[in-house]
Amino acid sequence: MTISPAYSLILIGIMAATTALLRFLPFLIFRHNTPQSILYLGRVLPYAIIGMLVVYCLKGVSLVQSPHGIPELISVVLVVLLHKWKHNTLISIPAGTICYMVLLQVVFR
Amino acid sequence: MHRQTFRYAFIDSLPVMAGYVVLGMGFGILLQDKGYSWLWALLMSLTIYAGSMQYVAVDLLSGGATMLAAFLMTIMVNVRHLFYGISMLEKYNRAGKTRPYLIFALTDETYSLVCSKQEREDMDINLYYFFVSILNQSYWITGSVVGALLGSAFHFNSAGLDFAMTALFVVIFTEQWEKEKNHLPALVGVGVSVICLLIFGASGFLIPSMIGIVILLFLLKKRMPEQENV
Repeated sequence: MTISPAYSLILIGIMAATTALLRFLPFLIFRHNTPQSILYLGRVLPYAIIGMLVVYCLKGVSLVQSPHGIPELISVVLVVLLHKWKHNTLISIPAGTICYMVLLQVVFR
Repeated sequence: MHRQTFRYAFIDSLPVMAGYVVLGMGFGILLQDKGYSWLWALLMSLTIYAGSMQYVAVDLLSGGATMLAAFLMTIMVNVRHLFYGISMLEKYNRAGKTRPYLIFALTDETYSLVCSKQEREDMDINLYYFFVSILNQSYWITGSVVGALLGSAFHFNSAGLDFAMTALFVVIFTEQWEKEKNHLPALVGVGVSVICLLIFGASGFLIPSMIGIVILLFLLKKRMPEQENV
C-alpha cells in the first residue's frame, strides 16, 4: 500500500458512487414519460451495443504483429458456425474458448 | 416456476461464470500484489462491481491518485453503462422491489444476458433478471476473493481463458442476427466501432464509438426495424 487505508477507502467510495450514479442516471432522468426518441434508442441499441462489445473484446488484436489475429479469427468463426448449427451456448462457448487456448498456448506459441 | 426460472438463469449465466471467475481472480491477484488483502477485494467487488474499472482501480490505488482523477477515470471507463440503462428502462421499471439492485448490478455481461432474453410461459422474467444479476455478482466476488487469497501461488496456464467472454458476446450477436431480419442496428454497432478503433486506437475508441452509434441510429431511423411503432 502506498496510500493509507483511510484514503484507499475514500477512493473506493468515489469509484463505487460514480459507477452507481452512471447506472442509475437514465432511470432518474427518464422516470416519467420517457421521450419517444429514447424509447426508440432503447429498442435498437442492444443490437448495436453487442456489436460494439464484440469489437471491444477484440480491440487488443494486432493484424500486423504475429500471429496476426489468426487465433481470434479462427475461434470467432468456430463459435458462430457451431452456434448456427446447434444453437447451444454450452457447446459454442466452451468449444470456442478451448480452441482459442490451444491455439494461443500450443500452436502459436 | 421459481425453480424453472432459476434453472434458465443459471444455465444462461454459465459462460459469465467462466469469464468472471477468471477475470475476478486476475483482479484479486493484482490487488494483493499491491498490498491489499482479500477483504479489500471483497469490499471493491461488493461496492464498485465493474470489471474493467476495478482493474483501473488497482492502478489508481497503488499510484495514489487524487479524488478528482478517480472520479473522472470512473466516468471515462464506465460511461457506457448509461446506454445499458436506456435500453433497459421499460423492462426494469416494471421489475418491482428488485429494481434498485438490478440497476446497480447492470454490468456488460449481465446486460448482454438480460437485454435479449425473451419471456417464456414457464418463467417469471423479473425473477430471471434478479437471479442472473445476483449469480453474476457472486461469480465476480468469488473470483476476486479467491484470486487475492491465492495470489501469485496460483500456477495454471489460463492464458486465453478470458476468451469465454468474447465468445459469449459473439454468441449473443449471432442470436440477435438470426432473430431480427433487419441487420442495420448490428451493422451500425460493428461498423462505427471498427472505424473508431482504427482512428482513436484501443484505449480511446469507446466514447467516440458510442456517440457515433447514437448519431447514426437517429440518422437511419427510417430504415430501422419496427419503425411503424415509433
